[in-house]
Amino acid sequence: MSSDLKDLYQEVVLEHSKRPRNFRVVEGATCAAEGYNPLCGDQLSVTLKLEDGVIRDIGFQGQGCAISKASASLMTGAVKDKTREEAEALFERVHTLVTEGPDKVDVESLGKLAVLSGVSEFPARVKCASLAWHTLHAALDGRSTSVSTE
Amino acid sequence: MSGPGFDLARVRADFPILRQEVRGRPLVYLDSAATGQKPQAMLDALTRFYTHDNANVHRGVHILSERATQAFEDARETVRRFIHAKDVREVIFVRGTTEAINLVAATYGRKHVGPGDEVLISAMEHHSNIVPWQMVCDAAGAKLRVIPVDDRGELRMDAVDALLTEKTRLLAITHVSNALGSVNPIKELVAKAHAKNIPVLVDGAQSVTHFPVDVQDLGCDFYAFSGHKLFGPTGIGVLYGKLSMLESLPPYQGGGDMILSVTMEKTVYNRVPHRFEAGTPDMAGAVGLAAAIRYLEALGMENVSQHDQWLLAYATDALQSVPGLKLVGTAPRKTGVLSFTLEDVHPHDVGTILDQEGICIRTGHHCAQPLMQRFGVAATARASLALYNTREDVDALVKGLHKVKEVFA
Repeated sequence: MSSDLKDLYQEVVLEHSKRPRNFRVVEGATCAAEGYNPLCGDQLSVTLKLEDGVIRDIGFQGQGCAISKASASLMTGAVKDKTREEAEALFERVHTLVTEGPDKVDVESLGKLAVLSGVSEFPARVKCASLAWHTLHAALDGRSTSVSTE
Repeated sequence: MSGPGFDLARVRADFPILRQEVRGRPLVYLDSAATGQKPQAMLDALTRFYTHDNANVHRGVHILSERATQAFEDARETVRRFIHAKDVREVIFVRGTTEAINLVAATYGRKHVGPGDEVLISAMEHHSNIVPWQMVCDAAGAKLRVIPVDDRGELRMDAVDALLTEKTRLLAITHVSNALGSVNPIKELVAKAHAKNIPVLVDGAQSVTHFPVDVQDLGCDFYAFSGHKLFGPTGIGVLYGKLSMLESLPPYQGGGDMILSVTMEKTVYNRVPHRFEAGTPDMAGAVGLAAAIRYLEALGMENVSQHDQWLLAYATDALQSVPGLKLVGTAPRKTGVLSFTLEDVHPHDVGTILDQEGICIRTGHHCAQPLMQRFGVAATARASLALYNTREDVDALVKGLHKVKEVFA
């Protein structure tokens, strides 16, 4: 396997795509949004419970490739118990990571999310990696309309 | 099944793009249903037109305009011959299949589809043969009806008679499914529709590239296809329409060249086909398309079809040897399109890993989302064959798929 491909499909990514965490609908969710990637027809929903500005619980459902599933799974773990602002700031850093690469961001601060660094070598897959995050953003924004990566 | 009725190595040599390496490996191009690669003869025709003949058509009195007009109208005749239209006026140059269908929607649809009427399509249509009809139906208060497909991806002919009613104003149907490869029995459908005086539009985007098409034999009223899939340039396509039908339709876009005379009070529209070709047309595109058609004619469309069936049979067997691979679309009559899913691996991941091996396939919903829903998948991986593909290309694909399985083991 090429080293780029190895970076993209790291063990952690494959593991999360096969056994996604928080793959469920949050009961009594205060925020929800649907995300679509019109390029491939992938669809993903995020539900979360926001209390006093803190994400107390979050889940996702839907179908997608290994990258989009792993990204969504890792995201739910990363933003739980974070404030809305912290989650948004994390989204910014993840976005920089997948679009511009690991040199452009403080990778240490990303924890497990650093495994998404390989995506930056595959421009066609950036939308897959960011779909869950765009959907989270829409859910936090309280927008009822669906979001699209286009 | 015998091999291609032409020298495959020589054909490959005619397509300069195939000579390159990508990602350090020989290019394996299996995405011709998305767009076809271009033979040198086509590229030369484009260069020749722009180098020697370029001028606007139907306007100038000078030599270049004469030559450009001649080349453009010769291209129309080449298209007529290729699809066996009766009259050269039945060939309208448009941007592509999508515009051809939109032209019919905007003219025939606006004139004939009213409240309570129905437009009949099939479950295997490309979005470009769904959305324009949804728009027509929404505007008119009409209803879109859909012929179902069975589990193999074959049109449910038993459902057609009941769906063709006195309310049906048009049957708009694809000749070949871009996502499944299924070939629809157009002649039979036309006979059924015409028995009830219902005209038929055929989306030929995926058929003209694979086998000979005779619009008179099919009997259809409209036939639409794109130049770029037919190994010609992008931005040019054709709408064939029966002359009597075209002459009964209102104009499409307004502008130059589609008029006989204009006063501020009134416009007299030009004759068919110019009535439907407002503005400066894609002259070089038409010339390039004609060159691509001449290239295909020299090979012989029967031979192209034979190659397609030969390679499809080989590829179908080869792919089915990959554990966990499921073909979506196994109609008895199909062309060289292999849509598949691979166990738990999402098509996008298949596509990315194959790409690293220099293999180009398409992944996604193929602009046929309702069809994907019919088969319960969000997307498939699709390898599509053309006249320049070889058994070695198929072998590379199979090898690449084993690699995909390794990554996801």
